[in-house]
Amino acid sequence: MRKLRIIVAKAGLDGHDRGAKVVSRALRDAGFEVIYTGLRQSPEQIVSTAIDEGADFIGISILSGAHMIVAEKIIRILKKRNAADIPVFMGGIIPDSDIPDLKKIGIKAVFGPGTPTSKTITYLKNYHENDNS
Amino acid sequence: METKQNWEKESVEPVLKKVGERRDRFSTTSDIEVERLYTPSPISEDYLENLGFPGTFPFTRGIYPTGYRSRFWTMRQYAGFGDAESSNKRYRYLLSQGQTGLSIAFDLPTQIGYDSDDSHSEGEVGKVGVAIDSLNDMEILFDSIDLEKVSTSMTINSTAAILLAMYIALAKKRGNDLSKISGTIQNDILKEYIARGTYIYPPSPSMRIIRDIFSFCSENVPKWNTISVSGYHIREAGSTAAQEVAFTLADGISYVETAIKSGLDVDKFAPRISFFFGAHNDLFEEAAKFRAARRLWARITKTRFAPKNPRSMMLRFHTQTCGSTLTAQQPVNNIIRVTIQALSAVLGGTQSLHTNSFDEALALPTEDSARTALRTQQVIAYESKIADTLDPLAGSYYVESLTNRMEKKASDYIDKIDNMGGMVKAIENGFPQREIQNASYEYQKKIESLDEVIVGVNKFKIDEKKPTGLLKIDESLAKKQIEKLDNLRKIRDNRKIEHDIKMIKEAAKDETKNLIPPIIEAVSDYMTIGEISNTLRDIFGEYQEQVVI
Repeated sequence: MRKLRIIVAKAGLDGHDRGAKVVSRALRDAGFEVIYTGLRQSPEQIVSTAIDEGADFIGISILSGAHMIVAEKIIRILKKRNAADIPVFMGGIIPDSDIPDLKKIGIKAVFGPGTPTSKTITYLKNYHENDNS
Repeated sequence: METKQNWEKESVEPVLKKVGERRDRFSTTSDIEVERLYTPSPISEDYLENLGFPGTFPFTRGIYPTGYRSRFWTMRQYAGFGDAESSNKRYRYLLSQGQTGLSIAFDLPTQIGYDSDDSHSEGEVGKVGVAIDSLNDMEILFDSIDLEKVSTSMTINSTAAILLAMYIALAKKRGNDLSKISGTIQNDILKEYIARGTYIYPPSPSMRIIRDIFSFCSENVPKWNTISVSGYHIREAGSTAAQEVAFTLADGISYVETAIKSGLDVDKFAPRISFFFGAHNDLFEEAAKFRAARRLWARITKTRFAPKNPRSMMLRFHTQTCGSTLTAQQPVNNIIRVTIQALSAVLGGTQSLHTNSFDEALALPTEDSARTALRTQQVIAYESKIADTLDPLAGSYYVESLTNRMEKKASDYIDKIDNMGGMVKAIENGFPQREIQNASYEYQKKIESLDEVIVGVNKFKIDEKKPTGLLKIDESLAKKQIEKLDNLRKIRDNRKIEHDIKMIKEAAKDETKNLIPPIIEAVSDYMTIGEISNTLRDIFGEYQEQVVI
């Protein structure tokens, strides 16, 4: 079976990359192919990387509070580039009260502080299976 | 051989004459008199070599002979959000509640040198700190705050020169005496590459700006702490306590070397260096960490830089309780975590302390949660009595053994970094970054296997109601900030700005020049942070991150 490929990206100006790196390592250990972008990626860059690499998922880590604007932009650009089928997930410090709005925009799931990496991994694997069945 | 009587006569008495102590007599609740310092009797050579007396080399037991018996640590809560008006209101509130120093949090565009109307700033204006674009914002930020009476710490790194220039310009405008204003800029760019991420330029021009700040301040703003060498963010990125000490002191060595290379005398510069560490949950290890850091820095500076002034060897430090230990689950539990962490910092002899608010895993703190955080340290100071004798954990077999092992581990790392050619080289090779990542991943695995229990997260979980009453930054703020900026660009004298750009470029291109005077000129003419940073980006280029996973 082909390895699932995920882009893990730090969007905006936020430098907190501990979570993104830990999740990247855990996904890789769980058999995913992980492309970690590094800091300060613009929504355009993230979408381009995802399309160029043929990614199955995009994971955005953000702790600076800029999640709404980043989410809107990424979803908009994905649609514009006919890549809206790539599911987008978010992690970081995101208030619960913002999650319904993020989902409305088109973010598939939000993994907040304290989420075990095993939960994220299981979620992504199930998502992929259900999506392709 | 030094005796306790000697120390009291030579070190303590002069301090008592000058500042005295908080009480004439310290006692426990059962009225047992508490002595200033407890020591083994008789005092051995080994004791003197490794522990010594407070205020004497190697400073393991503290840097001041009377410690908190004279004065508590500075209670300095890091705060800032939204625009200058709302942050100014929060500062005045905290000062009215007994806080003793200011600590400014800036938003990310300010920290990375973008104006609020830059496309990079979209969604980030005023989010993690206050948005500052020009001197105009600084004037509002410090409205009704006397710069000669308050000491101001600014968490600012790659744009430190600009924010410092604004503070100086503001002080000049108000007619303050520059020799009387005091404060700290973080100005620690090396840990930005390692752990925090708000770099702009590559290491070499960044170190040059730092050099310019050092030499400008030593002449013109003598009470300013020109660098706060920070382990906090290294720890928050997931390092161990020993790595935190090692990488921070290795960064410190690089800065002293930079200062000496620029012609500064070590005794003029080293006493102005301060440090900044995190306080984690492992109470005794953390207290030992602070003691070990103090001793190791004293030994390092003594052997490497041969200072004459003992103050050059003193490690003074600020502590913040570690934000990454806070949980979004059952957030009230965080008050207890913060208390334990704050205890370790006080037992370790910190000079100043920030205690986190319990809601910080969810959002920026509200006024109420920020007050509880400040109250936590006030309870420790006034009610717990742990500040009534110096270095109370000394002589504990466990703590002394931890202190020794911490020093050894950190010292081994520093040897390794020396062998790589110093910290700048080590960072370019990704060495500290890799070590920290490995440690943080190992820690996460332990949490997931329940080897490490986080109460309320992987054990003792409950179904919770969604938290309410969190601080939210109004999205209309960015618009207001951009309008302010538009207006500023219209009313200022733009011919002066053209000239300022020219002067900054000239200074940037010529290593023998100092960049600070032209930057002070520029901010006084209301040139913005983004405009100054972009001018320097043209000359210095931008740093490309070494992505290591």
